[in-house]
Amino acid sequence: MKEETAIHVENLTKMFGDFTAVNAISFDVKKGEIFGFLGANGAGKTTAMKMLIGILTPTSGNADVAGFNVNTQPESIKKSIGYMSQKFALYDDLTVKENITFFGGIYGLTRKQINEKRYQLVEELELQEIVNELVSSLPLGWKQKIAFSVALLHNPKIVFLDEPTGGVDPITRRQFWELIYKAANKGTTIFVTTHYMDEAEYCDSVSIMVNGKIEALDTPKKLKEQFNAESMNDVFLKLARG
Amino acid sequence: MLPIIFVLPLIQLIILSNAATFEIKNIKFSYVDNDNTSFSRELIEKFDASTYFNVLAKYPSKKIANSAMLKGEVDVILEIPLNFERNLLKNKQTDLAVTINAIDGAAAGVTNVYINQIIQTFNKKVHTTLMLPSNTPITYQNITSIPSFWYNKTLNYKTFMVPGILVLLVTMITLFLSGMNIVREKEIGTLEQINVTPIKKHQFIIGKLFPFWLLGLVLLSVGLLIAKLIFNVPIVGSLALMYLYTSIYILVVLGIGLFISNFTDTQQQAMFIAWFFMVIFILMSGLFTPIESMPNWAQILTEFNPIKYFVEVMRMVMLKGAGFSEIIPQLSKTFAYAIIMNGLAVWSYKKTS
Repeated sequence: MKEETAIHVENLTKMFGDFTAVNAISFDVKKGEIFGFLGANGAGKTTAMKMLIGILTPTSGNADVAGFNVNTQPESIKKSIGYMSQKFALYDDLTVKENITFFGGIYGLTRKQINEKRYQLVEELELQEIVNELVSSLPLGWKQKIAFSVALLHNPKIVFLDEPTGGVDPITRRQFWELIYKAANKGTTIFVTTHYMDEAEYCDSVSIMVNGKIEALDTPKKLKEQFNAESMNDVFLKLARG
Repeated sequence: MLPIIFVLPLIQLIILSNAATFEIKNIKFSYVDNDNTSFSRELIEKFDASTYFNVLAKYPSKKIANSAMLKGEVDVILEIPLNFERNLLKNKQTDLAVTINAIDGAAAGVTNVYINQIIQTFNKKVHTTLMLPSNTPITYQNITSIPSFWYNKTLNYKTFMVPGILVLLVTMITLFLSGMNIVREKEIGTLEQINVTPIKKHQFIIGKLFPFWLLGLVLLSVGLLIAKLIFNVPIVGSLALMYLYTSIYILVVLGIGLFISNFTDTQQQAMFIAWFFMVIFILMSGLFTPIESMPNWAQILTEFNPIKYFVEVMRMVMLKGAGFSEIIPQLSKTFAYAIIMNGLAVWSYKKTS
């Protein structure tokens, strides 16, 4: 594995019975880049991602995430990554502050580190008003921004985002992507799935999955040239329609 | 949620301890008096005076009485035959017909004993008042047993039931709450978030156990307070011993609950399985029916019933004042059980599927 590679995937396959959800995919994600992982619903994105974050065992194939093997060292991977899932995954019945303390604690941060992080996070996201509110009372856009920040609490090398902006308004989506860029600028590798093709344009590299296979993988610019398309939206439609 | 967790069980404790009694009282008694003499009336008065019987009706014929029993209006029919008094005086012998509703066999048996006792007393009185003047020498071989009731001198049913029901409440609440817990996180999606963190499996299970463990002990405390203040149940033994045992016992129940929670996908499934075990555990605990009367195979099964040990220990310590050495068998079995169940709970929690 080369020094500048954050994720290295080789023939990664997952079968559920006779159904092949992920079919021998291979790709590399460079350190510090924003990697867009696209695909239609049911194309196998979430399954692939679950294997990379160590909560699903691959049927065959191999992958190294942050230098650890998904087959043999899933728990070591978990120390070096952050994850924010499709479903909102903070505790609804805890306050923002309690969630930060809880997840900070799980990742082994000291009380002092947690307090510093919280202070920093409250400043950046301007959470002063709501830090003691229950998460359940917040609008979705806020929840997603906080969840992303919580996923970054322990300074992970790679952050996995599973449709982070689903159901969020355009303004909040834009703010969210500003947060993503900020994290990427600090050297964090971002692995993101999305259904919004305008978001795909923001990525450094994009892969498009169709029926369990990766059909295209390049920078957005080159993909558009390759498929002779105006936008990523057209690229996606051409591929997905086969 | 917290008020519900506390208020409902305590209402149950108060209601059930008063209501769930196997004492046979207020038996619906009726009679058919074909004799209508001072003797027959005196016999009926004896029943009337007893606290066990409610003399509800006098029926003109056995047939009408039978239809009343069919409708459930009465449970006992005493039929006094014609010439009851005359036969007693002349022949010193007569028959009485007693019909008892025996759908509940055990209750019917007890009712029969009560009826016999009353008729015996009446019989004795007839002998002494009427037979003696006739100068017939009657020698009574009267053997009287004098029972001494230990540990519950007044035979107060509540003294027997309250510790048992307290056991049930502590068990039910902790089993259901822990059984629903992990599976609830599965449903919401937060469990996936936890699985992506480097948390250790045993850390997760301990984190899940602790709040419910504390809750169970608080419930026990409130329950004991009610037992003492409202029911005046004697607490003879050491409170510390009760808490020591309970703190280990709750771990068993929580281990079972978390084990169920790990194996199920929805709260409904978890609830269903928890109920399955709860009903078996309760009915085979010796709380309502004595374990000694169960068939052999069932008695062997009760060895795996944690509630059985808890009921035994609570009754032993609370009512008999048993000490540490007396409850060592239960304590050690419960301890082993706790280790096994929580081991299974940790094992069955899979961070990677």
